[in-house]
Amino acid sequence: MNHATPLLSVHNLQVQFFMDEGIVQAVDGVSFDVFPRQVFGIVGESGCGKSVTMKAILQILEPPGRIVKGEILLNRNGSTIDLAKLNPNGKEMRDIRGAQIALIPQEPMSSFSPVHTVGDQIIEAIRLHQPVHARAARQIALEMFRDVGIPMPEQRLDEYAWQLSGGLRQRAMIAMALSCHPRLLIADEPTTAIDVTTQAQILRLLRKLQEEHHTAIIFITHDLGVIAQMADYVQVMYLGLVMEEGPVDAIFHAPKHPYTQALLRSIPSVHSTPRVNLPTISGSIPHPFNRPSGCPFHPRCPQFIAGKCDKHIPPLRSVGGVQAAACVLYHDVEVPR
Amino acid sequence: MTGTNHLPSQASTHPSAQPLLQVKNLKKYFPIQKGFFRHVLGNVRAVDDVSFFIHEGETLALVGESGCGKTTTSRCILRALTPTSGQMLFGTPDATRVDLAKLTRQELRPLRPQMQLIFQDPYSSLNPRMTLFDIVGEPLLVNGMTNRRERVERVAELLRLVGLRPEFMQRYPHAFSGGQRQRIGIARALALHPRLVVADEPISALDVSVQAQILNLMLDLQKRMNLTYLFVAHNLSVVKHISARVAVMYVGKIVETAETTELFALPKHPYTAALLAAVPVPDPRVKTGSVELKGEVPSPANPPSGCYFHPRCEFAVDVCRREAPAYRERSPGHFVACHRADELKLPGIA
Repeated sequence: MNHATPLLSVHNLQVQFFMDEGIVQAVDGVSFDVFPRQVFGIVGESGCGKSVTMKAILQILEPPGRIVKGEILLNRNGSTIDLAKLNPNGKEMRDIRGAQIALIPQEPMSSFSPVHTVGDQIIEAIRLHQPVHARAARQIALEMFRDVGIPMPEQRLDEYAWQLSGGLRQRAMIAMALSCHPRLLIADEPTTAIDVTTQAQILRLLRKLQEEHHTAIIFITHDLGVIAQMADYVQVMYLGLVMEEGPVDAIFHAPKHPYTQALLRSIPSVHSTPRVNLPTISGSIPHPFNRPSGCPFHPRCPQFIAGKCDKHIPPLRSVGGVQAAACVLYHDVEVPR
Repeated sequence: MTGTNHLPSQASTHPSAQPLLQVKNLKKYFPIQKGFFRHVLGNVRAVDDVSFFIHEGETLALVGESGCGKTTTSRCILRALTPTSGQMLFGTPDATRVDLAKLTRQELRPLRPQMQLIFQDPYSSLNPRMTLFDIVGEPLLVNGMTNRRERVERVAELLRLVGLRPEFMQRYPHAFSGGQRQRIGIARALALHPRLVVADEPISALDVSVQAQILNLMLDLQKRMNLTYLFVAHNLSVVKHISARVAVMYVGKIVETAETTELFALPKHPYTAALLAAVPVPDPRVKTGSVELKGEVPSPANPPSGCYFHPRCEFAVDVCRREAPAYRERSPGHFVACHRADELKLPGIA
């Protein structure tokens, strides 16, 4: 995997929100590579910057937010292009969005227009990126609907988003995202708003489609169960920083960072003994305006070292060969970027 | 790291004691109306013949997917909704039982303090213009504690109880994080020494790292104050963690009730088994989702014939399509509504 050229390569991405009250450092130097056919998982709690990273890649950050530093290199037919330098409203960026990189948003309800039929919206997306006539586009949309397992696809194409159930709506969204054969799919909490049994269907579908279309997926979620089942490689974020990254097995079976360790211990599991107190992480996530100095996790960290953790932000260092953690507990070599 | 401290296991069967709450054949239909004269076209059977009981000091979890009627059931018990029919027998402290379903507003008034609610969303359930003292003290004031000093003392005690500092009393909710706000909500619910606490998805709006704190707090408070919880949730991992018994709902009906460990290890209803199989396990070496549940949850306005689960059930036979299965006790404490409950061997989770 490491010898292949990455499809998307993010280097030291920094995103800030310029608010009246001050500057919020939403993403603070995040780097990662996504390889073809890989499912790259980003896991983190609210305010960790996982969604902002995704929006920065697609250049759809809302106004007070801006990319202040970093590169987002997309490999396109052998040449690389820096998305961070493109005009968010320019033709080039609009050509990439949807065609090269597609998005499955969290809430399919608010992502579809309620006054256009689902079919019309997908046909519009297809015709934006492919030189086909309306009738051919409808045929493509129909095939996509069949692919994602929507029953009675002809009928569903002419329905509105509010006529579909949550699961069907999310399937339609996936059909729309895949309709232009993107090479990278960003799934931002695609199953958070839906029920467990439907969630299992959607996750299975995403896996199947990924294998068929060889798409790379960036899978963003706060649910550790979902990430364990879906991702090949995982990055754990906390308050805009990467705490730990590595292959999924290493993250779940040999977590190195105290935050990852504590998080894995604290989640209730269907395998746990009932009515036993869970180990907890003390405190709560700080407000982004008063981010702690040094390592952002230090006020809640059980292994906090005074004078060290609160002074410097530890860089991401290679630990145990396959993974990397940003913690002063590990004094190995810095991960070569 | 705090050590895992074992709570005394709860006996699920109290042969002698009467349950604190016994719900019998509870129904709540919402009419579908049309036109100027609002003639009724049909009913949404949100809660359709539900029966269960909760003993004092016990936690019963009500699980199910969205739209299965779990919230409607809990709202009926609190009489935020008036049930269409059925009985809800609530044991009062003087050992008599009253039917909550029949009482008028006036008759309910003295019982209200005994039943309290913990809300799902800690952001919208606290008035941003009231201080913590006002929020937690309001139920006390309404119920006759007019002396301000007494109230300050009690609010301070309650805040300490839920792990907040009494000095925070004059602050407004915006100064607190989601987890702290949920603690405030719990303090308010406990202000009047309730005997039944209905918790409707109390941790699903919280961050993962904070959820465990609130769960532990609820377990600790139950141990200290002998609280009775009706815990409404969709997350099976959370339910396994907190409850002594679990009732699984599907389209307005309870399909299975059993003691937590038994329900997870030996589910007897195919829906329970499918629900268990669908939970993504946080371990990449355990691949979940081997049993796939096809199709969608039917609408409670237009449910299928026979057993409501038959169109999605891989074990369905003719009788399932024709007749609704009876909800019966198959082994002690294990109630199932399935024609084939005794013959099926379903996979569970140890």
